[in-house]
Amino acid sequence: MTVETGGATTVAPQDSELIQLLTPEGERIEHPEYPFPDDADLKGMYRDMVLVRRIDTEAIALQRQGELGLWASLLGQEAAQVGSGRALSPNDMAFPSYREHGVAWCRGLDPVRLLELFRGVNGGAWDPEEHKFHLYTIVIGDQTLHATGYAMGIQRDTAEDEAVIVYFGDGATSQGDVSEAFAWASVYNTPVVFFCQNNQYAISAPQERQSRVPLYQRSRGFGFPGVRVDGNDVLACYAVTKQALRAAHEGQGPTLIEAFTYRMGAHTTTDDPTRYRLASELEAWRLRDPIERVRSYLARSGQANAAFFEQIEAEAAELGTRLRAACRELPDPPPLAMFDHVYTGANAILDADRAGYEAYLDGFEEAAR
Amino acid sequence: MTKLTLSKAINEGLRRALEDDPKAMIMGEDVGRLGGVFRVTDGLQKDFGEHRVMDTPLAESGIIGTAIGLALRGYRPVCEIQFDGFVYPATDQIVSQLAKMHYRSQGKVKLPVVIRIPFGGGIGAVEHHSESPEVFFAHTAGLRVVACADAADAFTMIQLAIASDDPVIFFEPKRRYWDKGEVDTAAPLEDALPLDKARVVVAGDDVTVLSYGPLVRTCAEAASAAREDGRSIEVIDLRSLSPLDMETIAASVSRTGRCVVTHEAPVYAGLGAEIAARVTERCFYQLEAPVLRVGGFAIPYPPARMEDHYLPDLDRILDAVDRTFDF
Repeated sequence: MTVETGGATTVAPQDSELIQLLTPEGERIEHPEYPFPDDADLKGMYRDMVLVRRIDTEAIALQRQGELGLWASLLGQEAAQVGSGRALSPNDMAFPSYREHGVAWCRGLDPVRLLELFRGVNGGAWDPEEHKFHLYTIVIGDQTLHATGYAMGIQRDTAEDEAVIVYFGDGATSQGDVSEAFAWASVYNTPVVFFCQNNQYAISAPQERQSRVPLYQRSRGFGFPGVRVDGNDVLACYAVTKQALRAAHEGQGPTLIEAFTYRMGAHTTTDDPTRYRLASELEAWRLRDPIERVRSYLARSGQANAAFFEQIEAEAAELGTRLRAACRELPDPPPLAMFDHVYTGANAILDADRAGYEAYLDGFEEAAR
Repeated sequence: MTKLTLSKAINEGLRRALEDDPKAMIMGEDVGRLGGVFRVTDGLQKDFGEHRVMDTPLAESGIIGTAIGLALRGYRPVCEIQFDGFVYPATDQIVSQLAKMHYRSQGKVKLPVVIRIPFGGGIGAVEHHSESPEVFFAHTAGLRVVACADAADAFTMIQLAIASDDPVIFFEPKRRYWDKGEVDTAAPLEDALPLDKARVVVAGDDVTVLSYGPLVRTCAEAASAAREDGRSIEVIDLRSLSPLDMETIAASVSRTGRCVVTHEAPVYAGLGAEIAARVTERCFYQLEAPVLRVGGFAIPYPPARMEDHYLPDLDRILDAVDRTFDF
């Protein structure tokens, strides 16, 4: 498939490179290295994808209504995130960038925690160890090193049932930190899976601006395997991630997974993708929608009936209602809360700042009395 | 009491931390087999193994980024940046991640990472090996920034830095590495002066001279020279550059009425400027003269054959002391 883009051309990878288990039409296909994961809870995956898409839709609406300052949409990347997220075992640690709402969902994080960040109530202040899901990282690629270091800690703890997965995008592969993380992970043979969601765009820059070679081949020069999976195929993402994690658990070191997908929405709610890509490209990718193919497969194979799909829709509507209410009810933190948690203890300079501002605020209250 | 070089004192402090805390570890370029280019980590890999004293790939951002990950896992990494001018590739990880993760997580994530940086000039080095980048980090909330000045203090300061739950940027005065001093290695750490306190190195009455790192010795020598001329200089070693111990500083300046700040880093927008502003606010009615600054000029660190003119020395410090009496 060749798709015209605004000035560049996106060429879908050759079938021989791309690991796929469900075609865009929802046909099951066999892959020599990745058996069809019959144990996978495909209905659960479908449910997760529908629900995280609803989180996304609601969050965009909340931003338009002024309830959120910003939102980074995951539209189109549900399969990459749910497939990989569901492949994690409870002990595995995930390091997200800032778009992994689907992985957050799989890790059991309440989506309201994500809304807090994008509303500006806090910086995304969940406890990373509680859900084994690290904080969102906004600087591109930084988290790949954190993940690698965490995996080095796992090695030191000789915790064989633990591994790390780190999420980043096609743009991040140009960052020095990502190359450094590849080098570190390689020479120390750390149990880390590098999960690159190639959604074709770093804001407006097409993937061709980041690399002359397919991204999954990047790992080769660092000495560890790389695979390219159809990022819109939740089963393939699940199977490939499972295998990479297994290798990590077994001491075989890192794997790079390139999930070939497409950001169907804007980069964030401030972005206007019509300035850099054609509607026809989006239409072509709509035919590869990650949710539709699972729905087709489930319906055609008789695993799910209309009642099932209706029930998921009802659940999604309920989730949407809850998120809208919860978001609007999030209180603004009191002003002096901005001074909290900069340090673990007292800090004379900061404490003086806080005391000074508190006295300044009190002055208004006294004047009002 | 044992007579140790400053380098060896830090080495002993690191050894003590590795012995006391199984989660403490050392990582950096050439810190293992070689023992560091200044031998500060000499012998530690041999005694504690490659997992705890780790030679890393050559990439500063990688060192700090993976140290953050190790800290997330419960470790206490002590990173060595080989020279001051090589810390900049790691600036993003230090400023955007290390300094802010505790804040971002509202206290749920602690990053007890120490970054040791040999700093300052005076060793006739090539470019990037003589810089004083402390103010970049002092300007970043979430970091503690300290500088040691002598062997005894360095021995305890490095241990306190490793014990701190906040990230600490630990500056070591590289041209003083081979200065020897008496170190009480048996003294309990609980009795040590806390990391965020300044200390009076030389007591005096006429003028307060503030410094840190390599210039503390220079200031002490200036105080000796001034004493012969009948002038009594109080020398304070700041130790902590963030936060500043304004209590100790203000108490001294309130008494002497005169204040000179000296550092190797450029004067412009440097720590001296911050101190001058705060001293002026706190001690305005006690000041007999404006706070004067002696430091690097508004130029890059110059080639070695000119560095003696760039670095504040005894005469320039005394010249500033004299000028505080001109007002």
